[in-house]
Amino acid sequence: MSARGRAAQDELVLRATGVQKRFGRLQVLNGVSLELRRAETICLIGPSGSGKTTFLRCVNHLEKIDGGRIEVNGHLIGYRERRGRLVEDSERSIARQRTQIGMVFQRFNLFPHKTALENVIEAPVHVLLTPRDRAVAEAEALLERVGLGHKRDVYPGKLSGGQQQRVAIARALAMKPALMLFDEPTSALDPEMIGEVLAVMAELAHEKMTMIVVTHEMGFAREAAGRVLMMDDGRILEEGPPDRFFTAPQEERTSRFLSKIL
Amino acid sequence: MPLAAVAWHVVWQRIVHPDHAFALALWRTIYMSVTAQFFGVVLGLVAALMRMSRLRILRLLSGAYVLVFRGTPVIVQIFFVYFGVNLLFGFTLIPNTVSAGPISLDGAALAGIVALAVNEGAYMREIIRAGIDAIDKGQMEAAKSLGMTYRLAMRRIVLPQAARVIVPPLGNEFNNMLKTSSLVFFIGVTELFGDAEIRNSTAFQPVEYFTAVAFWYLVLTTVWSLIQAQIERALARDERGEAPSFRERVFQAWAPVAAWRTGGAR
Repeated sequence: MSARGRAAQDELVLRATGVQKRFGRLQVLNGVSLELRRAETICLIGPSGSGKTTFLRCVNHLEKIDGGRIEVNGHLIGYRERRGRLVEDSERSIARQRTQIGMVFQRFNLFPHKTALENVIEAPVHVLLTPRDRAVAEAEALLERVGLGHKRDVYPGKLSGGQQQRVAIARALAMKPALMLFDEPTSALDPEMIGEVLAVMAELAHEKMTMIVVTHEMGFAREAAGRVLMMDDGRILEEGPPDRFFTAPQEERTSRFLSKIL
Repeated sequence: MPLAAVAWHVVWQRIVHPDHAFALALWRTIYMSVTAQFFGVVLGLVAALMRMSRLRILRLLSGAYVLVFRGTPVIVQIFFVYFGVNLLFGFTLIPNTVSAGPISLDGAALAGIVALAVNEGAYMREIIRAGIDAIDKGQMEAAKSLGMTYRLAMRRIVLPQAARVIVPPLGNEFNNMLKTSSLVFFIGVTELFGDAEIRNSTAFQPVEYFTAVAFWYLVLTTVWSLIQAQIERALARDERGEAPSFRERVFQAWAPVAAWRTGGAR
């Protein structure tokens, strides 16, 4: 491989090829291929049931895949190659791979028995074995960054939805991931709280975080995403830079979908 | 029999001036219940985790355990451990006194603790499993997405939350345990009930002795309900305000009395 080729490979954070996923007889992902370069932010849109969330969950192996392969930073996710076949990897090494991939959930999933700060330091201390005082210092900086430095000792139950989601973002960032996955991060929020979460995400995108965002927030897509991808029926229907994507979609299916959500 | 015929001074004496034999019996009831409950919880946790295992054989074993020990009387299990163990092993294991360093334990008491613990474990399995099931699946997923293994996520994230769900029924179980432990009298361990029965067998004053022992069981269960309230409050610290206060728990422990006190308007 040429030096140039290797450099280009290095730049590639995610490479998914022909990902297949079935739930029983339902084919949820039908050959999804996607490449993502370092510092790139993409938005996945599409009708519900089109496979956006499932694809995201496959990327950090919360779901097994039935075909294709997913690589993050050049490492196969969730599987090992043995005599040309893919076999599921050990739990320990899957867990190690997940430390590289941050995930933000639609319903936040903060740990309710831990304060904001404890939520953020939990994985650094117990998974990465970071010394506690260093983890705390980093967590405080992260909470400050998402605008919640003053809430460090508050339990999630006493935070608004928007604040909880920002803590969840800080919690994922504490692992210093190479890739961040956002699964409809604002769809469980009251309208007035959506902005504060999107602002944090946009700032992340501008700071060159590599991100996949499943969202229908077109304003965010326009401002922060390099590409927008439309999913339908378990495959990627079309993609393009946001300005062209929203004004002149190629596919009729896309324009029908956009007309419904815009 | 008119109440005047009851020798109240005997009841009074049993309550206010308990003798040495009584103190020993009370201590036996307490340590047997606590130890049996502790190991019951441990067994229940192991069985609950087995029940959720990917391995079929572990799930089957866990199911068989619950089927047998929830489906047969405790007294039969106690007798089985006491008399049956020796037959199984072919030598006298029980009631030999067991000594480990400074601790020495009467063999019959040990048999009782083992039987009560194994029986309790079957009930605790269901309680613990329900507690774990009550925790949103998103918690395990969030923990895994942060790179935690199943074990670590269970220990740090799921079980601490499940504990809050488990403690109230666990309290019930221990309350039962305090009373069920009286059955070990039938293999010759003189605990609270046994003490009363022995005294009654010479004095022939059943009402007096059993009234007094009922009082002491009531003291035990009441003290426990207060301890339980404290545990629940500690576990609910992130939701303080929702858990009933200490005072409220005292009244709840005495619900009929409290109802009378507040004119039954509850």
